[in-house]
Amino acid sequence: MDIQPVWDWFRVLHATTGIKLTIFYDAFDRARFFNGLLTSIRLMALCLVCSVAIGIVGAWVQGSRLKLLRALTQAYIQFFRNTPPLVQLYFFYFALGGYLRITNAAGLEVPVVSNFVWAVICLSLYAGAFNIEIFRAGIEAVPKETVDAAEALGYSRFKAYVYIILPLAFRISLPALNNNLVNLVKTTTIAYAIAVPEMLYVANQIWSDELNVAEMMNVLLVIYVSLVGVLVYVIGRWERALRIPGYTP
Amino acid sequence: MLQLIVAGVAAVAAFIITTGPLAAQTLDKIKQRGVLVVGTKADYKPFGFRDTSGAIVGFEPDLARDVASRLGVRLELEPVVSSNRMQFLQQGKIDLMLATMNVTPERRQTVGIIDPSYYASGVNVLAIKRASLKTWEALKNQKICAIQGAWYNKVVAEKYGAEIVAFRGQAESETALLQGNCIGWMYDDTAFLERLGEPKWAAFEMPLETILDEPWGAAVKLEERNGPWGQFMTTTITEWHRSGKLMEVEKKWNIPPSAFLKKLRAETK
Repeated sequence: MDIQPVWDWFRVLHATTGIKLTIFYDAFDRARFFNGLLTSIRLMALCLVCSVAIGIVGAWVQGSRLKLLRALTQAYIQFFRNTPPLVQLYFFYFALGGYLRITNAAGLEVPVVSNFVWAVICLSLYAGAFNIEIFRAGIEAVPKETVDAAEALGYSRFKAYVYIILPLAFRISLPALNNNLVNLVKTTTIAYAIAVPEMLYVANQIWSDELNVAEMMNVLLVIYVSLVGVLVYVIGRWERALRIPGYTP
Repeated sequence: MLQLIVAGVAAVAAFIITTGPLAAQTLDKIKQRGVLVVGTKADYKPFGFRDTSGAIVGFEPDLARDVASRLGVRLELEPVVSSNRMQFLQQGKIDLMLATMNVTPERRQTVGIIDPSYYASGVNVLAIKRASLKTWEALKNQKICAIQGAWYNKVVAEKYGAEIVAFRGQAESETALLQGNCIGWMYDDTAFLERLGEPKWAAFEMPLETILDEPWGAAVKLEERNGPWGQFMTTTITEWHRSGKLMEVEKKWNIPPSAFLKKLRAETK
């Protein structure tokens, strides 16, 4: 299907009303904005999955019998929860990234970890720290009798966590997790500071070139509202699907 | 808003023009005093900076000295900054401004910018020597650090296919380049000149020809642009281009050859 007439319509819109949406009718701006959108979605998806995984593993380690493991988890949570994500991002990219370098085939020293990967690592660890605490709250809400019953039936600590505690704790944690993940999706915009070409970065470049700040701000607003809306809807559906009738901890 | 500004500038310009003939002719005044006062930068090495004795030296002070010797008067240099240079000229605190000022249509309404321009800053790349860049075309699909919001980022990305990695400020771009996140850093060529002299940048070079030049204009008071003083400066700057004086001074301060000067010299010959 030829959609060129649609793009041209936005050119006419600019000519008639002054609303300058170059991301539709300028091929270069369209390509970079679309790539920005894809980069943002990839960044969000990877961070969501990694941060939830960190939360699940972290919450289990927190209940470990080994004092050292518990202390390490606690230190991690404090470090990532108590510092601003932008500072963490700069720290990883400029301070750590400066040491992690290899010499490539052309004889140039290049960083091992790219800015996109640093953004995924940093934002996942940041949101993961909160997720651990969210899951811990869920775990603590699981009745002690249920855990005792699992032990009596011969479940090991790990098996009890996977089959008994986590499924219950997860349901309790979902509303709080929802909040934190919405926050995470919005926080991905700070990746523009280390030049990850996500949506805010691209929009910033476009409005510097085209001087259409108001239009681009509105585009960003609409896209973020939609993306967060989709996330909230999906988690909401999931929450309902997981509901156990009659179970209220 | 823009219309308001334009209207305001036009009103001020009209006021200055109508009151113009009352002001004393600067050229006569300079000759009478025996002193020429020129506003130059004192913080923009090597175009205008202080040497170890505190005297203002550099590319622009040298040009100012030439103007004074043509008039047969003594030279006095007045350090200016971007935010006060045009006001100093309007107030008569300086007779002539040679202060790295880019020519813009708005500025033409405020001060008497002399044509031709005497220099231009353009866009260049501070590149890692080992990347052995030779042409702008070689930037295709290469990571180039830049400053977010610079007007030429899009131009270079579109024309040469460079992958622009833009940071918020100079410090971030500089660090990213030093850490190997890009093979070069694209910015105003004049901003790299001083860096190239530092040992920290020994492994870097500026191998490409400067592109996208923005001219630098000398300026006199707006109402004198077409008067004897403005005409004298037009003649002088044209002469600088024709005789190769500008390239000579450029060489003296170890400034890499500017494409703008070459072009203008060819045109005035």
